[in-house]
Amino acid sequence: MTIAVPEPSEPPRRTWWQSNQQTLTPWLFLAPGIFMFAVYVIWPIFASFQFSFYDWDGLSPKTWVGWANYQELWGDRNFIISLKNNLIWLVLYMLAVPAGLGIAIFLNQTVTGIRIYKSLFFFPFVISQVVVGLMFAWFYAPNFGLFFLLTEWLFGTGTAVLANPEYATYGIIVAGLWPQIAHCMILYLTGLNNVAPDQIEAARLDGAKGLKMLWYVVLPQLRPATFIAVVVTVIGALRSFDLVSIMTNGGPFGQTRVLSFYMYEKALSEYGYRMGYGAAIAVVLFLIMMVFIAGFVWKMIRDEKGH
Amino acid sequence: MLRKPLGTGLVLSVALLGATSAIAQQRVLTFNTDTSDPAPKAAFEALIADFEAEYPDIDVQTNLFDHEGYKTAIRNFLTADSPDLANWYAGNRMKPFVDAGQFVDVSDVWADNDLNAQLASAESAMTIDGKQWGVPYTYYQWGMYYNKAVYDQVGAKVPETYEDFVANCKLFKDAGIDCLTTGTSAMWPAAGLFDYFDLRTNGYDFHMQLTAGEIPWTDERVRNTFAEWNKLVEPGYITANAAAIDWQDAAALLSQGKAANYVMGNFAVATFKDGGMTDDTLGFFPFPTINPDVARAEDAPTDTVHIPAGAKNPEDAKTFLAFLARPDVQTKLNAALGQLPVNNESTVDEADPFLSQGFEMLSTASGLAQFFDRDAPAEMAASGMEGFQEFMAYPANLEDILNRLESDRQRIYK
Repeated sequence: MTIAVPEPSEPPRRTWWQSNQQTLTPWLFLAPGIFMFAVYVIWPIFASFQFSFYDWDGLSPKTWVGWANYQELWGDRNFIISLKNNLIWLVLYMLAVPAGLGIAIFLNQTVTGIRIYKSLFFFPFVISQVVVGLMFAWFYAPNFGLFFLLTEWLFGTGTAVLANPEYATYGIIVAGLWPQIAHCMILYLTGLNNVAPDQIEAARLDGAKGLKMLWYVVLPQLRPATFIAVVVTVIGALRSFDLVSIMTNGGPFGQTRVLSFYMYEKALSEYGYRMGYGAAIAVVLFLIMMVFIAGFVWKMIRDEKGH
Repeated sequence: MLRKPLGTGLVLSVALLGATSAIAQQRVLTFNTDTSDPAPKAAFEALIADFEAEYPDIDVQTNLFDHEGYKTAIRNFLTADSPDLANWYAGNRMKPFVDAGQFVDVSDVWADNDLNAQLASAESAMTIDGKQWGVPYTYYQWGMYYNKAVYDQVGAKVPETYEDFVANCKLFKDAGIDCLTTGTSAMWPAAGLFDYFDLRTNGYDFHMQLTAGEIPWTDERVRNTFAEWNKLVEPGYITANAAAIDWQDAAALLSQGKAANYVMGNFAVATFKDGGMTDDTLGFFPFPTINPDVARAEDAPTDTVHIPAGAKNPEDAKTFLAFLARPDVQTKLNAALGQLPVNNESTVDEADPFLSQGFEMLSTASGLAQFFDRDAPAEMAASGMEGFQEFMAYPANLEDILNRLESDRQRIYK
């Protein structure tokens, strides 16, 4: 780095830019990002809030309806079903965290060819959600699906999971868990690399083993990995759109809808074009997400202060 | 710094514009179509080549959209950058665009070219507020496709009445064959069934009033429709788990002889034939009579071409619509599409048993419905089809389903 030495005869004449360079530069670098974020994230959020008070089909002029869309949501059976399914998704998706941890611990050993096993377990995370959905849809398919034939062989009558309003949502969640577990596993595998061997050794000398070792020695060191795993799983559960769309299209008779899918259906699908109503659903989904996002941000700030 | 490239760009584009206008003496007609599948694409290319040969001073420029994506795209291009012509569908499907003032009234094209007589079967579907808003160029019949081999196997005869049909179902059931197959994972095949049960039970006028929201879903006559339908649902004559089956997979059941009948549109013939069926094993008959007192009406979804309100060249667009309506043009276009011409002076390929049967059936029908999701407004169509799908799985829920549809009706048709 070279530093320009000012001429000794003249006092340094600093332009406005030179004197404010230090404070301005970070903002200049941030500017493209802030611009994109504002245009593609912040502005649409406020636009959605605004649209949700209108009745609008995307073509005709908008009409102001106040809170009517939200009142209608409250009595809308399909909205309640979507909300309920979102909760089921959230709760069951959390299984991906302990399952991912289990597989990660299982794979965290030095055996010949372990890399192959690791990549096999990681495989479902690499393939597209659409492909996962298609595979599971065939797996469950009536008449020729493997799962259908299996239940037929076991119980005499086959169960078509995706045609059954009670099982269909669970069937989709299982499909979603497959890649999600792989995602959590990879997070824990990297976390396990950073577990301090000396502490393990010290614990072993003190006689800790098995579950106690895991709970008191290993898990506390995996806390950052656990935090990230929970965050990605919550986000994954809330944005569960593609699997629902591919596997059941919200059916049978709308019983597997989730909020994101219902919003799409109402606002943008072939039978929708109620932009205002769709926006109202989006606002509700946004508020639910805000609860989690605020929680995560609060925890991150607290952790950073703690250090 | 910005000035220079902008300046050059302007100069360049002005030069380009000048160049194109110097080259093109022709008038340009832009045409947005959704004919992305191979057969329709080729059919439209031939249509446009013929038009340009007849009108050498008009140059038709097509923008080809993906068939499904088009349904979303049309909303954008109608308001933002209108073409001169656009494909769409008849009936309630065009109503939002007509109401929003996005389509041009083409009643004069109809009046000047005697279309009210030649396109009579589709006139009501093209008319809103007493005016015509586009020109229909093709439709296809719906009806009962059946596997002749399994009919022979169980000794069933092609039924004339619904009673005969239900009696046949008993034979098929005993032989372990699904009497009626369907795959409602995309929901619309269920709507085809409802259309036919309602058209045969209550007739065309009632069906139109129902889809127009003038009759409550809890009406006794609607219950009668479902009661007829239930004669197949309750005894298990319809393929189980239909809600998780694609319509193509149900078509495979028919081709493989695991099912006997399928209520479908004529486009399914290609799928049946891909599954190994031939004109000798695949048969077609009109949906059987339920109530002998109602006149026979059929489902015949119609595809249309419209002039958007923002068209830059509406005069030549009208010339194109008049051309598209002509009997000889519709004959040729539909021969390539494998569908039926709307113009009653056109002809169809006699060698195709399904087309000739369909043409005969539609030209003698007392009324043509557009299909549930085109006759009813979009939202009502969506909740209706969901109800039909549920009914086929849980017929005991009928009361609940009808109440739900009725409350939707009261909200949707305000």
